[in-house]
Amino acid sequence: MADGVEGKVPAFALGSVAKVVGTLRAGSTWPVTMGLACCAIEMMAAGTARFDLSRFGMEVFRASPRQADLMIVSGRVSHKMAPVVRRVYDQMAEPKWVISMGACACTGGVFNNYALVQGCDHVVPVDIYLPGCPPRPEMLIHAILELHQQIKAEPLGPDRATVARAVEQAALATLAPGEARPATVNGVLA
Amino acid sequence: MNTDHVAPPPDTEFDDAAFVAAAGGDWSDVADEIARLTEERVVVNMGPQHPSTHGVLRLILELSGETVTETRVGVGYLHTGIEKTMEYRTWTQGVALTTRMDYVASMANELTYVLAVERLLGITGAVPPRAALIRMLMAELTRVASHLIAVGTGGNELGGTTLMTVGFRGREEILRFFEMVTGQRMNNAYLRVGGVAQDLPPDALAFLRGAFGGVLRSIDDLEDLLMKNPIYRGRLEGIGYLDLAGCMALGITGPVLRATGLPFDLRRAAPYCGYEDVEFDVVTETTADAWGRFMVRMREMRQSMRIAAQCIERLEASPGPVMVADKRIAWPSQLSLGPDGQGQSPAHVREMLSGSMESLIHHVKLVTEGFRVPAGQVFVQTEHPKGSHGVHLVSDGGPRPYRAHVREPSFNNLQALAALCNGGTVSDVIVGLASLDPVLGGVDR
Repeated sequence: MADGVEGKVPAFALGSVAKVVGTLRAGSTWPVTMGLACCAIEMMAAGTARFDLSRFGMEVFRASPRQADLMIVSGRVSHKMAPVVRRVYDQMAEPKWVISMGACACTGGVFNNYALVQGCDHVVPVDIYLPGCPPRPEMLIHAILELHQQIKAEPLGPDRATVARAVEQAALATLAPGEARPATVNGVLA
Repeated sequence: MNTDHVAPPPDTEFDDAAFVAAAGGDWSDVADEIARLTEERVVVNMGPQHPSTHGVLRLILELSGETVTETRVGVGYLHTGIEKTMEYRTWTQGVALTTRMDYVASMANELTYVLAVERLLGITGAVPPRAALIRMLMAELTRVASHLIAVGTGGNELGGTTLMTVGFRGREEILRFFEMVTGQRMNNAYLRVGGVAQDLPPDALAFLRGAFGGVLRSIDDLEDLLMKNPIYRGRLEGIGYLDLAGCMALGITGPVLRATGLPFDLRRAAPYCGYEDVEFDVVTETTADAWGRFMVRMREMRQSMRIAAQCIERLEASPGPVMVADKRIAWPSQLSLGPDGQGQSPAHVREMLSGSMESLIHHVKLVTEGFRVPAGQVFVQTEHPKGSHGVHLVSDGGPRPYRAHVREPSFNNLQALAALCNGGTVSDVIVGLASLDPVLGGVDR
């Protein structure tokens, strides 16, 4: 995969360009409509007048994953829905981020049963876990602002797609008993 | 043989005909190819991730041009196994699971469930009147919140984001009251078997009175924006027609049924919770189309606010217990608001821990094991915002349901979708679906 803007930047300017690019990316994170259950209603509420997500440049929920770079997995992910979540994630263009919204998306919540995936991180790599059942819109906004900080601080150097894939492979790898999972910081292998 | 669709010449008279350019080959081959190309039917998959399918509903539409010839509904993308999970939780915990079924009308789900358990226990008459009034108030406010979402998101799906913001604005007012009383904006788990979790906070009713104006203003705004809007009328009138006979055959209830002119409302037909003592009109329309359904919802909201106002008056006049006196059933907690949020009141904990060992044992037994419910089965229905909401419970005498089943109006109403959409255009599918207002958490459970 070809480098993005970072491939054309001379090394001495990389730090400054990374700051500019990070600010731009954080300032217009467009979420894809991945409304699943109760949390989706709070996600919609976050977009309406009282909470007003547009203050952070992201009121436009894109129906097409091609135009979005943030997936808010809002609600319980059933085994039937999991492949769909993954496919939508795969269709989003890099760079992309995932917020796991609500107890069900994070861990399965109160539903520890045959029907639900016990956490959407079994399906997609998650950047921010947001607990609550459902989390209030303010909590979602807080999670998004946290994500903005992460995006701003993201290094430009290594190609994010390759890194993300390596991190995911590491997360999916079967571990020998007692073996520790490799640590990651900001979606990058530490 | 080379056959391709080509654009018709600009001055053609054959608007509907398909133009196929063919060169070489037997005439019969050409004719077969023309038949194959022009009679091809297109199957379009819509959802489960689609902004206009009201959640994770999947529609499989068979199209002939722009006309829908067959509609199939794919459900199950939000199947949560709630009914099965209820078999492994106590009767009290069941409330917290039912509330997550139809998540935009949480307390309406809880209401049916607690009424069903109470009937199995045989304590229907022992529920204090104040608890019944609070339940009625909550059920009606839930109805308004649910209808505001139905109309708002319905408008959003037709392309009007403003309608959604107006609908959610009114709903926020109600949710603030819910949060004040129950500690949660949604998924409240506030109703309990035998009453409600706790009494209203002292200033809650005054707060609700203050919020009334905001809710009514949102309803007014929606009416101005939608009901007098010629484009909106044009999209809705005559679309998704389903008459009384069709509703009866398919088991359709709620606003969809009342839009055909039949004043069937369980609050009137089989009153519960004291609905026989409040004044309200059963709203009907006679158009039997999408427009009529939204009109029913708009007018029902005003009736619900009317009921809520009567509840407030009575609640202000009638203090009293909000839980049955029977200590074998009454949940032994006394919640209060501490510096770290809602929880057991310290005074109550002190009393339990220092008062008597028996009361502590009783508390632990009741909370961990739960109360036992006599063996038998029961089916109770209430008027949910979406229609008749039924709960079927089977008890084998234990502290958990042997089987719990919910008749979700969203699920039953959804089976009318083919009847509404076949023969219409693709854009009318959205209108028909929005007019049924299914909530997928309720459909799939």
